[in-house]
Amino acid sequence: MHELSIAQSLVALAQQHLPADVSRVHAVTVRVGALAGVVGEALHFCYDLATEGTPLAGSSLRIEDVPLVIHCDGCGQDHQLAMPPVFRCPVCDVPCGDVRQGRELDLASIEYDTDEDAPP
Amino acid sequence: MSLTPRVLEIRQKVLSRNDELARALRARLRGHGVFTLNLVSSPGTGKTRLLEVLLRRLVERGIRVHALVGDLATDNDAQRLARSGAPVRQILTQGRCHLEAEMIAQHLEGWDLEACDLLVIENVGNLVCPSSYDLGEDARIALLSVTEGEDKPLKYPAIFNSADVAVITKVDLAEACEADLGALHANLQAIRPGITVFETSARTGTGLDALLDWITARQSERGASLQGAAPR
Repeated sequence: MHELSIAQSLVALAQQHLPADVSRVHAVTVRVGALAGVVGEALHFCYDLATEGTPLAGSSLRIEDVPLVIHCDGCGQDHQLAMPPVFRCPVCDVPCGDVRQGRELDLASIEYDTDEDAPP
Repeated sequence: MSLTPRVLEIRQKVLSRNDELARALRARLRGHGVFTLNLVSSPGTGKTRLLEVLLRRLVERGIRVHALVGDLATDNDAQRLARSGAPVRQILTQGRCHLEAEMIAQHLEGWDLEACDLLVIENVGNLVCPSSYDLGEDARIALLSVTEGEDKPLKYPAIFNSADVAVITKVDLAEACEADLGALHANLQAIRPGITVFETSARTGTGLDALLDWITARQSERGASLQGAAPR
C-alpha cells in the first residue's frame, strides 16, 4: 500500500503552500485519476495518520475522481472510458492509447481560516 | 458565527518532488550515456530469475551493465544477481512497497557512471504502487508470468498502461497451466495499444535473444546519440 507515502507527500506539499497566518485548515482537496493507481479509502485512512502533529491535523480530505479520457485521431473526439478500460475508440472501434485525462494525482486546493477570520 | 473558509487553489502534482528528482536523475544518467530500465511485476513473476540470466548474457555481450534491486527486506536478490559479475546493489525499502527516485540517486553514489552503459532497476514486486513513481528510467518493462492469469493487465491497468514493453515469463509452463497466450496478448493490447511484447523463459532460454537484442539496440542508440550530441 503506497497510499501512506502519497499521503505524506500530500501533507508535505500542502504545508509548503499554507499561508503564514493560517489558524485552522478545514479541508484539502485532491484530484485522483482513474489510472492513478490510488485507492480513495486507503488514502482517507492514511491522510489522518499523515496529518497528525501537523497544522493540517483534524482537517478533512476531499477526493475528486477524475475519469479516464482518451482522444481518437480518427474521429477527432475525446471519449470517456469505463474501468477496467479497453483502450479502443468506442466510435471508430480502433485501438487508441492517447490518454488525455485520468493519470492525475494533484493537490487541488486547501480550505482554511486565518487569525483574522477567528471570531473575537 | 461562521465565516466561509478561504480557498487556496494550488493544482500541483502530489508527487511533484519525486517527479523533479526523477527528471534530474534522467538527465544525469543520459548525460553519462546510460540507458535505464525499470522492471516491474507482481511478486513471484520471475524478475530476479530473468535478470540473473540477462545480466550474464549482457556481460558476455560486452555491455557494461549495473543493477539496483529493490526489496522490502533481505539482500538475497543482490547476492544472486552479483554472480553475473555485474556491479549490483540492494535497495532495502524498509517496508515501502515501491522504489522512489531519491532511493535510486542515493544508491548510485560512488558508482562511476562513465563506466556504465546500462542500468537495470528491479522494482519491488508489486503491480500497484510502483506505477506512480518515475525513477528516471528510459523504459518501463512490465513482466507477467503465464501462471498469473490472462486478465492480469485488465486488473492492473495503471501499471500496464504505463509500461513501454511487456515481458511474458515462464512460457515453458504455458501448456501445463493451460494459459491462453492469445488472450494474454489481446489483453495487453487492450490496455496499452501497440506495446512491444516478448515471450520468454529464463529456464529454457526461449525468447531471451530477442529481448537482449531489443535492449542492446536501444542502449547503443543512446550511446550513439550522446556522441553525436556532445562531440569532444
